[in-house]
Amino acid sequence: MSVEFCGLRLAHPVINGSGTFDAIAARRAFGAGLLAAFPFAAYVSKTITLEPRAGNPPPRLWETSAGMINSIGLPNKGLQGYLREDLPELAEICAAARRPSAGGAGAGIPLITNLMGSTAAELAQLVEVCDARAEIAALELNVSCPNVATGLDIGADPAVLGEVVAEVRARSAKPLIVKLTPNTADVVLCARAAEHAGADALSLINTLRASALAPDRPAGAADRWLGGGNGGLSGPAVRAVALAQVAAVAEAVAIPVIGMGGVQSAAHARELLDVGARLVAVGTESFRDPAAAARVARGLEQSVAD
Amino acid sequence: MSEAPFARRALTVAGIERLGAYSVLRLADPGPEPQPGQFAMLAAVERWGGGADERPFLARAFSVARWQGGESHFLLEDVGPGTRRLCELRPGEQVWALGPLGRGFRAPEHGRRAILVGGGAGIAPLAILQDSLVQPATVLLGFRERRRAQGAALLRDAAMATDDGSVGHHGLVTELLEAEIGRDPAATVYACGPAAMLEGVRAICAASAIPAQLALEAGMACGFGACFGCAVPRRGGGYVRVCVDGPVLDAELLDRVDEHAGAPA
Repeated sequence: MSVEFCGLRLAHPVINGSGTFDAIAARRAFGAGLLAAFPFAAYVSKTITLEPRAGNPPPRLWETSAGMINSIGLPNKGLQGYLREDLPELAEICAAARRPSAGGAGAGIPLITNLMGSTAAELAQLVEVCDARAEIAALELNVSCPNVATGLDIGADPAVLGEVVAEVRARSAKPLIVKLTPNTADVVLCARAAEHAGADALSLINTLRASALAPDRPAGAADRWLGGGNGGLSGPAVRAVALAQVAAVAEAVAIPVIGMGGVQSAAHARELLDVGARLVAVGTESFRDPAAAARVARGLEQSVAD
Repeated sequence: MSEAPFARRALTVAGIERLGAYSVLRLADPGPEPQPGQFAMLAAVERWGGGADERPFLARAFSVARWQGGESHFLLEDVGPGTRRLCELRPGEQVWALGPLGRGFRAPEHGRRAILVGGGAGIAPLAILQDSLVQPATVLLGFRERRRAQGAALLRDAAMATDDGSVGHHGLVTELLEAEIGRDPAATVYACGPAAMLEGVRAICAASAIPAQLALEAGMACGFGACFGCAVPRRGGGYVRVCVDGPVLDAELLDRVDEHAGAPA
């Protein structure tokens, strides 16, 4: 079941979606049990920005039919705080991460760092600094960030996305994953632009822009529930959208694709692999069961063995 | 604090009993033993979803009310599709449980008596806390009305307040707290309940320089620090995560306790 991804050898094809599993907090909650049965074949950090961010004011969550909307606001310690405080601990966790089925052998998984900037220059700086850190195996760009000039997400406009990816591509020899946004007119054009500009892999889908109104709002008012205004929809509610977008992108590009969106079971992961994804990420389902990804990976292995 | 097993566990419902407006759910639970103030994420194994708005989807967070005889007890109030489904559980059904999670209460400093202040379903973690205390605690509980006030049976020797005056003091439980502190300020206050009650407790204790530990509630998707949904503002800027930094927080960490609600019901 092991799989090659951008020169990395992974024990199985299941990783986490960025921002859906805080390995440092999880070790505090679960202790050594986390390391002894680490669910992911590679670990993707939450999004890191140049400057620290506190995140959005609460409320940050809304439960929908078969899913949830989040408006978290990418809280993080900023690049320097990440390098100083979190990276050493994440690297230690990734080095110690084991699979129960491996019988204690083959400890260690690659660490992927997710980065976001509002300009190409900001992203270039983030990528350059991370390129120098040997603990980081690959970089993922979160391009669901508004462009300062246009207000549109960088990743929503193929031309802008191509420029940004070309700019950062030159700054690092590490595998470069571009996480596409689904909130665009044609995700295939964005995928091709990122590939053309030198991306080594693509990941999708990010959350779908979504909104919820406050249940206690005055009659006729349109008060939003989330402190951040709009948010992003995830969970089984987006799975069919993810399948369509992953299939379209995998068909259009030659580089590997990480498929994600509403995966809850091995059968769901198998669908994304069948339409051309090389890897699958589990996100929201980890909220409901922190070991969900291990269950998905086990199920995939069994289906291969059968 | 106790660490949780790394995976949700299917626990069997040992029993579920009405307690006024509430239900006490008892799950057969071999442990690990929770510390007072810790919580668990609960979801029914069968029929979780398909209620109002095709919810629930996420598990719901509940303080452990008691852990004894191989059972975990939780206090439920039917306030939405998730809590409704849990209230409808019957013995023999299974529940996904993740926990024990979070940081619980710390024992009072030597020589200080404990005052436990609870409101509504928030009285739950005070029951297991009362069980754990070596010295008898003063227990003050507030409810809306008589039916909810029956929940007080979860604790021993409680003084009561109700909004409608049907049981005990006609008014707020925080008024009972002020009187207690006036009588003897050498105390540590432990509180759990609605945000308005917690803010009252925080303000009273701050004014009298009395240490207070507040068990907070906030909407959370995961319970173990992954989703960052349960952030509440901390004094001096930034946020703490109720699930991993709390749910029990020192009152002095907070400027005020707001209605962050958002808890999926």
